[in-house]
Amino acid sequence: MRSLSRLELLMAFLLALALPGVALAEDGSSAAAPPLGHDYPEIAHQSWSFTPPFGTYDNAQLQRGFRVYKEVCSNCHSMRLLSYRNLGEPGGPEFSPKAVEVLAGQVQVTDGPNEKGEMFQRPARPSDRFRSPFANDQLARNANSGALPPDLSVIAKAREGGPDYIYALLTGYRQPPAGFEVAQGMHYNAAFSGHQVAMPPPLSDGVIAYTDGTKPTLDNYARDVSAYLMWAAEPKLEERHQTGARVMIFLIVFLVIMYLAKRTVWTRLHHRDATHAA
Amino acid sequence: MAHPSTYQPGSGFERWLDARLPVVRVMHDQFVVFPTPRNLNYWWTFGGILTFMLAVQIATGVVLAMHYVPTPEGAFDSVERIMRDVNWGWFLRYTHAVGASMFFLAVYIHTVRGLYYGSYKAPREVVWILGVLILLLMIATAFMGYSLVWGQMSFWAVTVITNLFSSLDAVIPGLGTKLVEWIWGGFSVGGPTLNRLYSLHYLFPFVIAGVVLLHIWALHIPGNNNPTGIDVKSAKDTVPFHPYYTIKDGFALVAFIVLFAAIVFYAPNLLGHPDNYVPANPLQTPPHIVPEWYFLPFYAILRAIPNKLLGVAALMTSISILFFVPWLDTSKVRSTSYRPIYKWFFWAFVLTCIALGYLGSQQPEGWYLIFGRVCTIYYFAFFLVVMPVTGLIERPRALPGSITESVLGPEESGEIEETKNTKETKATPPPAARKRKREEVL
Amino acid sequence: MATYETPLNPTLEPDQEPTRRDVILIAASGFAAIGAAAALWPLLDQMNPDQSMLSLATTEVDISHVEAGQAITVMWRGKPIFIRHRTDQEIGKAKDVKLDDLVDPLARNANLPDDAPATDDNRAAKDREPWLVMIGICTHLGCIPKGQAVGDYKGQFGGWFCPCHGSQYDTAGRIRLGPAPQNLAIPPYSFASDTKIKIG
Repeated sequence: MRSLSRLELLMAFLLALALPGVALAEDGSSAAAPPLGHDYPEIAHQSWSFTPPFGTYDNAQLQRGFRVYKEVCSNCHSMRLLSYRNLGEPGGPEFSPKAVEVLAGQVQVTDGPNEKGEMFQRPARPSDRFRSPFANDQLARNANSGALPPDLSVIAKAREGGPDYIYALLTGYRQPPAGFEVAQGMHYNAAFSGHQVAMPPPLSDGVIAYTDGTKPTLDNYARDVSAYLMWAAEPKLEERHQTGARVMIFLIVFLVIMYLAKRTVWTRLHHRDATHAA
Repeated sequence: MAHPSTYQPGSGFERWLDARLPVVRVMHDQFVVFPTPRNLNYWWTFGGILTFMLAVQIATGVVLAMHYVPTPEGAFDSVERIMRDVNWGWFLRYTHAVGASMFFLAVYIHTVRGLYYGSYKAPREVVWILGVLILLLMIATAFMGYSLVWGQMSFWAVTVITNLFSSLDAVIPGLGTKLVEWIWGGFSVGGPTLNRLYSLHYLFPFVIAGVVLLHIWALHIPGNNNPTGIDVKSAKDTVPFHPYYTIKDGFALVAFIVLFAAIVFYAPNLLGHPDNYVPANPLQTPPHIVPEWYFLPFYAILRAIPNKLLGVAALMTSISILFFVPWLDTSKVRSTSYRPIYKWFFWAFVLTCIALGYLGSQQPEGWYLIFGRVCTIYYFAFFLVVMPVTGLIERPRALPGSITESVLGPEESGEIEETKNTKETKATPPPAARKRKREEVL
Repeated sequence: MATYETPLNPTLEPDQEPTRRDVILIAASGFAAIGAAAALWPLLDQMNPDQSMLSLATTEVDISHVEAGQAITVMWRGKPIFIRHRTDQEIGKAKDVKLDDLVDPLARNANLPDDAPATDDNRAAKDREPWLVMIGICTHLGCIPKGQAVGDYKGQFGGWFCPCHGSQYDTAGRIRLGPAPQNLAIPPYSFASDTKIKIG
């Protein structure tokens, strides 16, 4: 009687190779190799709580990251795809409903027109989108000496390296090496393509007070806000990982059963061959 | 492999229906008792996998269309709304996006299998031609689907691909430009373009489904090819499709879904490009535009040729040349397993395609460009020179006497099979003897 | 040997107990069925209201300019909300109706228990008798009844009249005549101040 054929072994082997390979691939970063040359600096891998296959977000870290965003990034960068309610949803920073209302209420948003046909300001509600710092791109450019601060809603998926890259960028400000010309209004950054970035160093030790005992250092700010931006780009990651675990267990049991069923059926044929040959 | 129907309508209703619309009879004859060669290996399971993938893409696509907004202002945000707010939206969208890649992975394996085992040779030319047609429709559909996200890669892919048609200006001045403006519905890629791409992206999968039906119909006239490439000689060479191949295809399908699910749940952006998470900006081209991985070999061929018109012509030819494969191949045997010389050329061709895929992801300069050109030349030479010439000069290895013999060896099969070679097979146990035997296939 | 179909029948022989090999085939079919059903759920659930819809909870309305006898219509969750500042005469008319005369004896007020009777007190705003806040959708087949504008025909009970199939509502928004089965529904709301209503 035939046991595993060579091809079955090969398939099993390929699957065994593919699974950890897939699992190790970092969320939010593409495996496509960056094109050669052209000033793509090496981005160091950081350790994150949300690495597949079982990773989840660290709520406290996301809450700190949100504070960094709110107090620093949001002065120039919009996050137009997020709503205040997202801050309280499961699988995110998970602020309490009360805290979400307070956070939203601190912001004035434009609404209207009212009965008189005029636009008016009111405190934001949880269902409102994050208020953008500038009304339009032209205003944003004008206020930032010509450079447009990109929207940060999906930035962690829109950059090669994802959160690793954001962390590298925020901690990558250095004195330019000797002989490197930095254009006016630009800043030397080790992680940025071309090493000249318009954004001035946004963070430094102690600029934001942390209340949960975490050290208020540049490194922690960068780490926390990178995690926060990853959540903003991929808010269903926890749900995805959890559903994935259930689906994979189901499928692997199913696969074993299908293999046994397949063998059962084909054994009859081999059995028939054997009896006929005898 | 036409055979009398063995369907026996059971109940009164079944008899009633059978007399009016014999769908149950057709299903029974074609997918239950259908005589299928007993030696099909796992490479033959991809037909079923592809049918499944088409169903997955249509099902997820139809529901995604319920939330998608086909306007330049709304497209990107509506996709993000699906990812964030729609119930299971992230699952549906990632399944659809990864599904496109899995679909192409399966269709390439399916095509290479057909190429290796000579499944395009008589009497299966029409099966093959319909298959190439499906591949072309898939390419068009995938391209249009990718554009709908309206990220940077979407926008610039549409710009570049539609501009391929402007190469016709080199044939008749003004023709290409007119054609491109007709495709765009304007003077650049914009709202009208997106809307028509959306309309066609919804239409094409159903056209594919129709051609798939024809593909299966055409397949079921001669029946399946098999790894030996020799014809079915007796009923003993076959097994009924159900349960043998339903269960085997099912097992392979579940294995395929394991890989599919692993990517969807743990690395959904693995095969995508980060730039497509940047909303389309008509004023700024990304520094490195690359197509999705499944188009990279064709992209490499396009870029290998320095002339605009000729590059586009090479791109088109690289796919349409497949239509002529049944007549380019002059070999008397189908299966490459029995072709000692062609075998090497064949695997070199597969490696070339993979190499072209890699080169398509790199900047076309220096050695990459040179390698790209060498690979492009071999790609075409394989079809235009290797296929016709090796078939004429090569002496194929001996084929087994029958499919059953190829599975069980001559001894066992000889016992019950009434073949012309019974005496010889019975008398000579060592396989070397078998190999001397020549089989006329065509 | 053309009898290749007979010995390969995968189903049970009639006189046989299920064996291990049959159990595995049944298990395989079962798993396939469960998998298909589980995969179907996201395809159906995606049609339910999404999270941004669910969060559109509240609307605030300024009612300072609505004089007695006037009404305004505002949007809440995509639905028209009727806000009527009733006159004393209209209130009186509503209070005079006996509960037994009502088609639907229940208040249909989201701010009260489900079994609250449809008295005028239970229909009007709490402690603010002139104010009536209702979802302006006829309980028959979803049309918007007439009666908000000053010149509208309000039906023989002086409240609202649905132009689609002739349902008539009284000055407390209760169904009195016509095919509609229920009183106009009252959404969850509260007075944020004397001049502001918060709906939802």
